[in-house]
Amino acid sequence: MPLSDIWFVLIAVLFIGFIFLEGFDFGVGMSTKFLARNDLEKRVVINTIGPVWDANEVWLITAGGAMFAAFPHWYATAFSGFYIPFVVLLLAFIIRGVAFEFRNKGESVAWVKTWDWAIFIGSILPPFLFGVFFSSLIRGLPIDGDMNMYAGFTDFVNVYTVISGLLFVVLSYLHGLLFIGLKTEGDLRVRANAAAVKMYALTGVILALFIVFTYLDTDAFTDHGAILYPMFGLAIVLYGLLFFFLKKKKEGLSFTMTGLVFVIIMASFFIALFPNVMISSIDPAFNMSIAESASGDYSLKIMTIVAFTMVPIVLAYTIWSYYIFRKRLTGDKEHLEY
Amino acid sequence: MMEEVLLARIQFASTTLFHFIFVPLSIGLALIIAIMQTMYVVKKDEIYLKMTKFWSVFFLINFAIGVVTGIIQEFQFGMNWSAYSRFVGDIFGAPLAVEALLAFFLESTFIGIWIFGWNKLPKKLHLACIWLVSIGTIMSAFWILAANSFMQNPTGYVLQNGRAEMNDVVALLTNEKLWVAFPHTLFGSFATGAFFVVGVSAWYLIKKRKVDFFTKSIKIALVIGMLSGLAMAFTGHAQAQYLMHAQPMKMAAAEGLWEDSGDPAAWTLIANIDVENRETTGRIDIPYALSYLTYSEFKGKVRGMNALEQEMIEKHGEGEYLPPVKITFWSFRIMLVTGGALLGLGALGLFLLYRKKLIQSVWFLRLLIAGIFLPFIGNSFGWIMSEMGRQPWVVNGLMKTSDGISPNVSVGQILFSLISFSTIYTILGIIMVVLFVKYIKIGPEEKPEEDVSATDPFETGGAGNAIK
Repeated sequence: MPLSDIWFVLIAVLFIGFIFLEGFDFGVGMSTKFLARNDLEKRVVINTIGPVWDANEVWLITAGGAMFAAFPHWYATAFSGFYIPFVVLLLAFIIRGVAFEFRNKGESVAWVKTWDWAIFIGSILPPFLFGVFFSSLIRGLPIDGDMNMYAGFTDFVNVYTVISGLLFVVLSYLHGLLFIGLKTEGDLRVRANAAAVKMYALTGVILALFIVFTYLDTDAFTDHGAILYPMFGLAIVLYGLLFFFLKKKKEGLSFTMTGLVFVIIMASFFIALFPNVMISSIDPAFNMSIAESASGDYSLKIMTIVAFTMVPIVLAYTIWSYYIFRKRLTGDKEHLEY
Repeated sequence: MMEEVLLARIQFASTTLFHFIFVPLSIGLALIIAIMQTMYVVKKDEIYLKMTKFWSVFFLINFAIGVVTGIIQEFQFGMNWSAYSRFVGDIFGAPLAVEALLAFFLESTFIGIWIFGWNKLPKKLHLACIWLVSIGTIMSAFWILAANSFMQNPTGYVLQNGRAEMNDVVALLTNEKLWVAFPHTLFGSFATGAFFVVGVSAWYLIKKRKVDFFTKSIKIALVIGMLSGLAMAFTGHAQAQYLMHAQPMKMAAAEGLWEDSGDPAAWTLIANIDVENRETTGRIDIPYALSYLTYSEFKGKVRGMNALEQEMIEKHGEGEYLPPVKITFWSFRIMLVTGGALLGLGALGLFLLYRKKLIQSVWFLRLLIAGIFLPFIGNSFGWIMSEMGRQPWVVNGLMKTSDGISPNVSVGQILFSLISFSTIYTILGIIMVVLFVKYIKIGPEEKPEEDVSATDPFETGGAGNAIK
């Protein structure tokens, strides 16, 4: 396996890890509006992700850095091509990140409300934009022979990408509700699980639409059907199991199911892209392949050594941090930092 | 095309300068807080715990803004500078990726554990977390400077496939520029944190509030500030020596030297620079000083911009090779003045402290409050000198800044991002100041006892270890 392929897989893993972890952060952020009923509940909800949301976001930073280093052309084409959506994404990340820290630093109602909105908007926009981003990658974008992308509004916003964006939003919300179910006690826990049951049908419909439109609007199944049919089949089975686990109140297993469905959806994007990193809608000859977008072998070799040394260490202390904060938040008697 | 370049540069400069208000303060405060918490764990004196908690309020507000502005920092290379990104991704992207793996994960994970882990971890383990955060911030500085040093002084690369590819990682990481810039930036950051603590403590000492608390704080911070100030001076001297042979144009511009200097070379305090007529008049000179600055001895001449530009034309072809001379010249001086003033404040402060006269010297304490701003000014102008002095190159000698921009991004798009980012920077800046002032005014007052009855006293983190 050439080093560039290894890095393609690594970047896929980083993005998948990011969406799995930040997915529930987004959902928890949305829950501050949809689930929490008073200030204390909002604080409990935010505190469930308090110790981890920042590190979860680093998965994205690392994925971006790895793209820059391992596939300079991919990074350059995508980041300049998605200019306006990325500006919006960055603004959303900014307001959400500071909101967690600022929310309890003021007493006035207006102050708290402002940051509540910042958390909500900053949690609902990014998953939508990521859904649009990944789906438009496999749908194809107007990339010319110089690897420059000149995309218009409808390249970003069309039925397929909007469905994908919505899927990321509802799945994040479901994922986040189940995370709250795992991390809280009492009334909040009960209502989080009940809300998850309510979200099940809607999310299922959007998931089905997403698969249908992936079939209709992209070449994914034509080129990679042998892998994608069983994968999406598995996603449907897992989503079916979720119904069963929700009914049986198996919180851990339910959360695992939404996580796995997310992982499969994310993985399907990268499988559909392979062996390209960007697909041109102008001319297949302008598709950017993994090999021609990659850095030199020397650079990849150095980074491979660093990555294979560091990733296990990072994973170890990440797991440790979740272990430290494994206890449920009890609400009023708990010391809430945020 | 020129409009895009200009706007993209303004966008980059504003983001980076804004980001770099928060970065050095985070690096500095992380270290100081780690030291305070260590004193608490070693001396078992509650006052150090209160100090740790009080100063960490500012650290965390500041850290949050540093983190979110840092994300833009990573995205904007690809967004505004795609041609540059294609050209250097191989060698410049690698340190950024390593920075994320080595430093960002470390600091973000352990800061989460530290903030939320007060009652959940044994004391020493909890202390280790803040040290890991501090180490993370320092490593982050190292890797981003490794990337920046490549732009200043390219090493460890080979030009092939139309780009700079890495062929020697040792050369990349032993870049002379890196090893003068890293300590200089690092000590500048420590000084930023230290003089913040010094200034805020001075305000309390004037008000005679919590005198013991803030005497202890100012003592720690003055020592760190003074040591960092000295180290900054030495490493700054090393930077000048490096510039002399590696980036002589930057040095010549920083001195407003058109013709080669005399031998020994004098250092210009102030002068009137006329770029159009290529002359500098009205110099007030300090004899021998420039020779000493650049060669560590009282002889040796410094080359002027005219000859250096001629050399560049011969090497790279016709074109403009002068950096913005006035900006480079004056940034250098502003940085030096702030550095000198900090050393003065630090030395006098330690002297007064030693003579036990600091608390009575209200006039001097007032100066120390003003001293909070000095490192920020010095940091910003140091970077302006460094990056402006590198122009017209984005990668010194290899790629011009104007060739680095994204060809597919329009003026309107850059304006959109520029306006939205600067608006949010302004808002964040105001909020930061408001919150800082608020928490300075509140001060480290006693908080009501926490209810620890809910936790099991026999468990780790129970009432036995509870933080009051």
